[in-house]
Amino acid sequence: MRFVAIGSDKPSGVENSKAALTKFVRRLFLAEFNLSVCQIIAHPPSLHGISAESETKMSSPSDQTRRTIILTALATAVHVSAPRSAAAEEDAPGSDLRPQKADVLVFAEGDHAGEVIKPQDLAAGGPAVRAWPKDPKTSVVRKGSRLNEVVVVKLDPAELDDSTRPRSADGIVAYSAICSHAGCPITAWGKAAQGEKDVLKCVCHNSEFDPRQSAQVVFGPAPRRLAALPLAVADGSLTVAGTFVGKAGAQQGG
Amino acid sequence: MTMKQWLLPSLFASTCLFSIAAGASPIERYSPVTADRLKNPEPGNWMLYRRTYDGQGYSPLSQINTSNVKDLVPVWTFSTGVVEGHQSPPVVNNGVMFVTTPQGQIIALNAKTGDEYWRYKRQLPDDLFQLHPTNRGVGLWQDKLYLATTDDHVVALDAKTGKVLWDTKVQDYKKGQYLTLMPLVVDGKVIVGGSGGEFGIRGYVVAFDADTGKELWRTFTIPGPGEPGHETWSGDDWKSGGAPAWMTGNYDVETRTIYWGTGNAAPWPGETHPGDNLYATSVLALDPDSGKIKSYFQYHQNDSWDWDEVDAPMLVDLQRDGRTIKSLIHPGRNAIFWVLERKPEGIKYVAGWPFVYTDVWKGIEPSGKPIVDPAHKPGIGKRVEFCPSLWGGKDWPSAAYSQNTRLVYVPANENFCGGFTGEKLPLVPGQLWLGTKPEDIGLKVRPGATHFGELQAWDPATGKKVWSHNFPKSHLFGSVTVTAGDLVLVGGTNDRMFRAFHAKTGELLWEQKTNSGITGMPVAYEVDGTQYIAVQSGWGVDAQRIQDALATQNNVGIENNVPQGGVVWVFAVKK
Repeated sequence: MRFVAIGSDKPSGVENSKAALTKFVRRLFLAEFNLSVCQIIAHPPSLHGISAESETKMSSPSDQTRRTIILTALATAVHVSAPRSAAAEEDAPGSDLRPQKADVLVFAEGDHAGEVIKPQDLAAGGPAVRAWPKDPKTSVVRKGSRLNEVVVVKLDPAELDDSTRPRSADGIVAYSAICSHAGCPITAWGKAAQGEKDVLKCVCHNSEFDPRQSAQVVFGPAPRRLAALPLAVADGSLTVAGTFVGKAGAQQGG
Repeated sequence: MTMKQWLLPSLFASTCLFSIAAGASPIERYSPVTADRLKNPEPGNWMLYRRTYDGQGYSPLSQINTSNVKDLVPVWTFSTGVVEGHQSPPVVNNGVMFVTTPQGQIIALNAKTGDEYWRYKRQLPDDLFQLHPTNRGVGLWQDKLYLATTDDHVVALDAKTGKVLWDTKVQDYKKGQYLTLMPLVVDGKVIVGGSGGEFGIRGYVVAFDADTGKELWRTFTIPGPGEPGHETWSGDDWKSGGAPAWMTGNYDVETRTIYWGTGNAAPWPGETHPGDNLYATSVLALDPDSGKIKSYFQYHQNDSWDWDEVDAPMLVDLQRDGRTIKSLIHPGRNAIFWVLERKPEGIKYVAGWPFVYTDVWKGIEPSGKPIVDPAHKPGIGKRVEFCPSLWGGKDWPSAAYSQNTRLVYVPANENFCGGFTGEKLPLVPGQLWLGTKPEDIGLKVRPGATHFGELQAWDPATGKKVWSHNFPKSHLFGSVTVTAGDLVLVGGTNDRMFRAFHAKTGELLWEQKTNSGITGMPVAYEVDGTQYIAVQSGWGVDAQRIQDALATQNNVGIENNVPQGGVVWVFAVKK
C-alpha cells in the first residue's frame, strides 16, 4: 500500500486513529444494518470473494465488506502510533465532503502537491492544474472522494462569458475534474480538436470543455458541462466562494 | 422507481441489487444450461461468447444463406437506452435472449417477438472511473446468469426473473480494477479475468462457484516470487506489471484446458519493466479445476506498444503440412497471424506471418519469438513511431473460422501507425499509468493509404489471403461471425452499416444502415423453425477513439459524427 504525503499541520496519528476507530465502529453497525436490509432484497454479498491481495491493500472503507472493516479497525486500534495510511487520511472528518465555501485549494500533484494555490502560482492562459479543496480550519484536504477534485486555470477575464465571470476571481476559474461522460479525470489542457483555443480535455474519450463558457462541451461524447466551482480571492489566497454549480461526476446509464 | 428502491441504503448501494421489471413478466419456460449443452450447443442457440467453446464464432444455421440474404429485413428492434460501446453478442437460449449493455445492464427479451421479460440495471458508484464503459455479455449456467461489472463485481441472477442471487466483489474499482468480459462458464465454475492494464494492476484469472459465488482459485498472470517466470521481471515491477486478462477464454473440452489471452505489460514503454515479462501478451493454458498454468505461449516479449493479446485463440483442427494439427489460431494485435499447436507437452509455434503492414518485426525465430526492430520500439524520453498503431492489426473484436470454407475471417486495420514518447512516472493507484502523456498518443495514417479497415479471409493451412474487402473511409472495429449459409456478418464501420459478405468470394451481398456504428458481435439463432440474425448497434470506446483520431489528427476527409445510443437489431428473411 501507498502512503500519501501529508502536511505537518495535520492532527496527530493518535488522535486521528481514535477518531477513525470511532468512525469505523459506527460504520460497522451501519454495515450490519444495511446487510440486514439487503437480505430482504437479495442474498448478502459474499465474504469469500475478496482476495488476499485486496485485503492487504486498504482503501476507503465505504466499499469494503464487513470483514475488511473489522480487520482495518483492529489494525488501527493496535497500531496507534503507526503512520497515517491513505485510508485513514481519506477517512478524516470532512474529507469526503464536496468543496465548501471558504475552502482553499491545494495542488493535487507535482513538486508543490499539498501546497495552497495562490493566484500568482497560475500562469495566465494555462495550463490548468489539478487541485483538492482543503478546509482551512481543520486542515483536512478533501480527497476522500475523487468527486471533490477540481481543475483550475487562469484566463483573460475579458474572455469569460457572462455566466462564468461572476464565478471567477482574477480570471481564475475552477471546475470539477471528473468528466461528465464516464467519470475519467480531466487531465489535459491543449488546443481544441475544432478551433484554435486551448480547452480542458478528458483523454479517455476525448471530450473537451471550454472553461470560458461554463465548461460547455465543445467536442466528444460528454453529455453536459463540468460542474463549476465559484472562486474568490481573500488575503492573497484563492478560496472557494460556494458549492459546485451542477453535478460533479459522470452520467449514469440505464 | 420500484417499491424496493427506497429501502436501498447508500453505503451498500453497489452490492445490494435487484432487477427493475418494467411491466414485464418472468420467463415461464426456461431451459437450464448444462455442461453437455455448453459442450454441444443446439444449432439454433448462442450460449457462449463465440457460440462454442472452441471460439470459432461459427453458426451451423444455413436457412439464411448466400442466395436469400438479399431479402433480409429487420423483424424487431429494441432500444437499450444507454450510450457507449455495445459490444456483447445477444445470447440466445431456446427462444430467450439476453443482451448486456454499457453501465452493467441486462435485458431479457423474447427472441422471436422482441418483448421484454425483465431488465436489470446495475447501480454503479458515482465515483467510478470507466475507461472502457462497455460489457461483453452474460455467462449461462443452469437457470442462472453471470454478469461481470465495471465496478469489479461478479453478479449472479435468476435467468427467469432477473433477481440477484449473489454478488461477489472481485477487487477494488478504486484501484483501477474492473471487468468488461463475458464470464466463461466451465462445469459449474464462473471464470473471469480483470481489466486494468492502464492502471498498473497485476492481472489475474479467477474462478467462482456458480451456485454460491465462493472464490475457488485465482491465478495471477504475473508470477510472484518463487514461481516460474518471475525471473522475467526485475525488482518490484511484477507487482504493477499489467498483463490484464479482459477477454473471455476458450476451452478445449477433450483435454480440459482453458486458453486465456493476456494483455499489455504496464506501463507501456518496455524500458520501464525490463525483461520478457511473462505472462504478459501471451496465451495461458489453464486447468479449469485448479487454475494451474499448464503451458503458455508469449506472442511478443517486453511489450512496449500496448498490444494486448487478450482475444483468446480459436481452437481449430487444421489440415496442414500433410497432417491434422490441433491448432490455436490468433490474428494478433501485434500484426502477426499466429498458428500454434496444442501438444501434450505444451503450446508450440507452427507458423506466423504479418497480416497487415508492420515495421516493428524483422522476422520470427524458429521458436516463435518475433525479432524486434529497436528503431520502432518505444522507450523513455524519445518519440518513437511504429506500425500498426496502438490498436494493432486486430484489437479485441473477434475473428471467425468457417467449418465450411476452412477460412479465417479477420476484422483487420491496415495503414495505421502510432507513436508516443515514453516517460517514467510514479504509480498512483486508481489513476491512469501509461508511461506516456495520454495526449501524446497518436494515430497516423500511412502516406498513400487507400483504405483503413480490411475484412480479410485467410487460409490458415497455407498462409494465403484468399480475399479481402477494403473500407476506404473507415476503420473496421467489430467482431465477425460466419454461418453455414456461407455468410460473413460484420459491422464495425463508421457509416453505421451492418453487412453480409459471401464467405467464399468476399462479395458484398447485403447491407443495412443502422442507428449507430456497430462494435457488437453478430449472432445467428433459430426459434420455431425460423432463423434470425441479431446484432447490437452502439458505437463507442475505442471505435470512437480511432474515429476521433482520424477526424482530428489526420486530414483524410472523415468527420467525428457517428451517433451513439444502443439498439438491438434482429433480422430474418422476408417471407
